[in-house]
Parts: sequence; structure tokens; C-alpha cells
Amino acid sequence: MTRIFTLLVAGIAIGAASMTAWAQGTDAPAAPDAPETSDFRMFEPTVEEWERFRSAARITHQGGEAVYNATCAGCHMPQGQGAVGAGKYPALANNDLLAGAAYPIHLVVNGQHAMPPFGGLLDDQQVADVVNYIRSSFGNDFIAEYGEATVEEVAGVRP
Amino acid sequence: MTMTRRDLLGAVGLAAGSAAMYHAMATLGHAQASTYQGRISLEGTPNGDRVLVLGAGLAGMTAALELRAAGYEVQVLEYREKAGGRCWTLRGGDTYTDIGGVTQTVAFENGGYLNPGPWRIPYNHHAVLDYCKRLGVKLEPFIQKNHNAYLHRSDAFDGKPQRFRHIATDYRGHVAELLAKATNQGLLDAEVTNADKAKLLESLQEYGILTDDHAYVASETASEYRGFEREAGGGRDGAPTASTPLSMEQILQSDLWRWLTDAESVHHQSAIFQPVGGMDMIAQAFAREVGDLITYNAKVISMLQDEGGVTVRYENTTTGGEPVEVTADWCVCTVPFSILGQMEHNLPAEKSRAIDSMYYEGSVKFGLEMKRRFWEEDEDIYGGITYTDLPIALISYPSSDYLSGGKAVLLGGYVWGAAAYEFNAMQPDEAVKWAVEYGARIHSQYADEFAGGVAVSWHKVPWVLGCYGIWADRDRDYEGAVTMGSGERIVLAGEHLSYLPGWQEGAILSALDAIEQLHQHATNR
Repeated sequence: MTRIFTLLVAGIAIGAASMTAWAQGTDAPAAPDAPETSDFRMFEPTVEEWERFRSAARITHQGGEAVYNATCAGCHMPQGQGAVGAGKYPALANNDLLAGAAYPIHLVVNGQHAMPPFGGLLDDQQVADVVNYIRSSFGNDFIAEYGEATVEEVAGVRP
Repeated sequence: MTMTRRDLLGAVGLAAGSAAMYHAMATLGHAQASTYQGRISLEGTPNGDRVLVLGAGLAGMTAALELRAAGYEVQVLEYREKAGGRCWTLRGGDTYTDIGGVTQTVAFENGGYLNPGPWRIPYNHHAVLDYCKRLGVKLEPFIQKNHNAYLHRSDAFDGKPQRFRHIATDYRGHVAELLAKATNQGLLDAEVTNADKAKLLESLQEYGILTDDHAYVASETASEYRGFEREAGGGRDGAPTASTPLSMEQILQSDLWRWLTDAESVHHQSAIFQPVGGMDMIAQAFAREVGDLITYNAKVISMLQDEGGVTVRYENTTTGGEPVEVTADWCVCTVPFSILGQMEHNLPAEKSRAIDSMYYEGSVKFGLEMKRRFWEEDEDIYGGITYTDLPIALISYPSSDYLSGGKAVLLGGYVWGAAAYEFNAMQPDEAVKWAVEYGARIHSQYADEFAGGVAVSWHKVPWVLGCYGIWADRDRDYEGAVTMGSGERIVLAGEHLSYLPGWQEGAILSALDAIEQLHQHATNR
């Protein structure tokens, strides 16, 4: 996957705005022998789309909102409204269970009931960021009163 | 005296019990990957005993079919509007609404389809095969291994896909040559006797297609396996030209060898089948038998047992209104744990622990319709699978209707792991856009030939909320979950309660074991 990223960020087919975004990226790889064209064949990726599928083993998005939109939003929905079928995905919006950081940290890292554990896909910073994001979004406002989730707390609940 | 194989097995069985019998059978080549014992026999059914079956997937319908045949009065409650559960096929004209409320309308032509769930039936999944036979489901070969399909990594061979036969033949040839060298240099003398050494060299020469000097080089013989540079013809200019193998370093560094054994496991090796026309032909066949027992659009909200029987409450998802209460003497619950864990129930603690700690794996599949069979017409690929390190993981070509004109549907990706979560978070049209992008890096024809597609992400499937169950601690919880304890009225079944998770065989075997236990309880009251 590194190679794909290398190719696409070095591609001349990609706009200047995107190049800027890449230059600010945290782990932009060197591309000494990059070819002349982007790997993209069917569409020109936006800045956000560039961040997708960067690793087969991990979610690489940085920042709570980006991690949420790239993973959690699939089941808990883009506005945290949850979803109902034969069973349900709980709404995160206006959810008092997210007041303290410990509970959502535990859920994200270790999973609970049908929810898979994400501890293997996200690092401590990503978990802390996404937990703080859901605790301060969708009508939730728990950070000031209950404090931020920290990477130390996340490290502490890993099995 | 001469002993026939049957005599021998009989003697082993009598003297040593069934475990020894099983090992003896395995040695003689009878026992295979599945423990299916043939059609179940339930004798002496108590008159009028009523059984509720929750879920009309393959586990539930197997239970319903066999219990009714044995004389029980059976009712099946199913959340969906039709039977089959994960045994499911999407065809032209179908619609599918995910848990987010997004509806996809499938516009495939020419009988093209996507099996979002199970898509293959190995020769050793005896139970599925037996039900196909009994219920008249027509099967055809599924092409798992295609030597002319591709292996592809973005960082190998400049991203150019390689034919399976090239990588497989050259990997084998180089490894055989190395081993022959080591043998000839005496490096293996401590491991191999002189007699075995001679046989080893002889076998390596044949296995790796080596020269008399045990070298793997360009030759007509090697080309018979990896393919010729210029293929053999007839008449004038008919002589073929040998092809040149890739170097050992190229093969090793490419990492393409990672997929060479994919078709070798017992669940993937030949012969392997698919139902003609789509996997849900099995669901439809079961539904023809037991459809009259099924109450559709029934969302179960509670399941309680006591010493007198079972009480289940469900909501009708189309008409709404007050929950309906139904009672029975017994219950077979095939509801996935992802959903059962959210229902009110009073199952014993060890079952609750298993239910609450099982999580559900995510997975995504794409059906991509192309305007023509370019993989056949341009690339001589008839069925089979191309593997890639791109997030789509693979492309599978239809194992049916070869050489036919018009549109056809590819399996455009079968995704697990991190990429499956990312796809799950996209809307279907966006996910399809990416599947097309990645596929186009292997088949440039996608750009002109893509007609339309459908994406199914299992975490968004409203009646399962995931692909299949993963045990948090199987050693701890399995026996407690699959055993119908004394005094219990409910028995659990489904793929998740088997050692064949995610396979239809596991669902059916689990159901058969469950109803056998139920029947014992019912007849020993």
C-alpha cells in the first residue's frame, strides 16, 4: 500500500491543492523513482480520498473526526444517530454513557457484544482522538466537565 | 484370512470406540472435513409437541424440515420478507436496503448475479451437498484455481499483474533446483539416506521440471507448464518458442508466492461447486419445502423458557402494532449472537457469556457488471480468481455461461480487515467507485466496460449486523453454548455454533446436532 501512496502523491495528474495536503502529511514517503503518472485511473482523488486505504493492516486516518468518518460512521451513522434492523447500533448522539472517557475507550479498544475490537487497527492517539470526538459531537458536550481521553488511559485498557 | 476394508473398520469400531474408528476411516480416506453422518433419523416423536424455530436461514430451515418430518408441529419466525438469511443472491430487479436506509436497485442483465454471502460448496461439505441432492438444487463447478488468472501486487513487477502459471511454475522450479543443489553438495546427508537421496533428486527433477543437471532453465518442457513464449500451432510456422522463467529473486521479492496455496486447503481445493443461477437456489429449495411454516417480517424481541415451555414475543415489521406472543414446547434459536445479545432472554449464564462476548467480523463484496466478458475475450481467463494486495483483495470471474455475449457480472472485490471497515463507512455508490478504480489497475478495460455495480457490507446488513461470529474464548464457551442442558427448552444453532464458521456446512451441522438434542429432551421427558 505504501507504493500506491507513493505513486499517487507524486503523480502529476493531481492538483496543486492536493499536493499541498500531501506536503503537510505526517508520514509522506520519499518518492525517488516515482513514475510520471498517478496510479488513479478512474477518478481524481480529493484530499480526503487520498487518505483512504493507506494500509491493509491499520486505519491510518488522523484526528477524531477523520477516524470516525472512516470507520465508526459505517454503523453508528454519519450524525451518530445509530441504526435499527433486527438488532441495532446504538445512537452516539445525546448519549450520556459517553460522559466519562473510560467506557467508550474500553468499547473501541476491546469491543463489546457484536461490536468488534478496534484496538488492533487504531493506535492510542487515534483511539483517544475518536473518543474525544464522539464525546464532543452530535449534541454531546462532556469534555469540559469530565476531562479528555488521554493516550495513557487508552494504553491502560489494552489487553 | 482376508479382511475387507469393511471388516477392518467394524473390528476397529468394536474394539476401540468411535474416535479410533474415525481415525481409521480418515486413514483409509473415508472421513473428510465434515462430520455429516447422512440423513438424520428422529424416531418416536411425542404427539403434538410444538417447536418454534427462530430464523429461516439454512440452519433454521434444516431444523424445520427435519422436525416436521419427524412429526413435530413447527413454526418458523423470520425477520426478513423472505427465506435464506446469508444464503442470498442479488439479481437484476432486486433491491436491497441496508441498515442505514440506503436502497440499491440491482440492474444486472443476462442472469448475472452477486452472492453477497457464501459462494462456494467444497466437495467435502457433505451436508450441504446432500441437501442439494435431496432438494434438487443443480450444481456446477466453481473455478477456484485458474492458472491463467493473475497474481498482482502494486509494488511488484511495476504493478503489472502476473499469470498464476508463471509464478507457480517458476517458484516450484527454483525451489526444486535449490534443494537439488543442497542435496548434491551433501548438505542434507544428515537428513537423507543415500537411497532416499536418489529418489529425492529424481522427484525434484520431475516436480520442478529440472534438466538432467538439476537446473531450472528456459526449456520446452518447462514451457509446457508455465506457457510458451509463442504458442504451439499447426501447419507452417507451427513450432512453439520456449518462454524464459522469471528469476528466483524476482519471484521471492515479489511476494506473489503468498497466494500459491490458496486453492489447496480442503475448503477450497477441487472439486468445488456453486448452485446454477446463484447460491440462494438452496434457500429457495428449502423454502419450497418449509415455506408454509414460516412467518415473515417477524422481529423477535424476547425469548423466555421455563419448565413448561418457551414464550416468544415478536413484532410484525410491516403492520406494526402490539407484539405477538407465541408459545411452544421447544425452541431452536438460530438468531445470530449479534442480535440475540440485544433480545430479552433468560438463557443460562454460560450461554449469555458466549453470546455477549462474540463479535462479528466485517466483510464487503462487490458485484460489478461489465458490458462484455473482456477477461475471456481479451485475456483467456475463464472463471477463477485474480488475487491482489489492493483493498479489493481479489476479482473473481463468473464460473458460468462462458463465451456468451452481452453483459456479465464480476465479483469485483471480497474485502476483510481494515479495508472492510473503510468500505463499510462509505455509501454503496462511493464504495463501488473505489472497487472500479482498483479493478482498473488490473484490467484497464474497466474504464470502457463498467456498466454498474452493487456493494454489500455485512456490518450494514440489517438481519445479521456482521459477516460471521468470532469467539472471544472458544475453548471456554463453546461446549456450554452448543449443549442443551437438562431442563432447558431452547437450543442454539447456526454457523457461529460450529467449527466451520461462515460456511453453510457449519450452519446445517449445527442445526442437526441441535435438533438431535431437542429430540432427546422431548422423548426422555
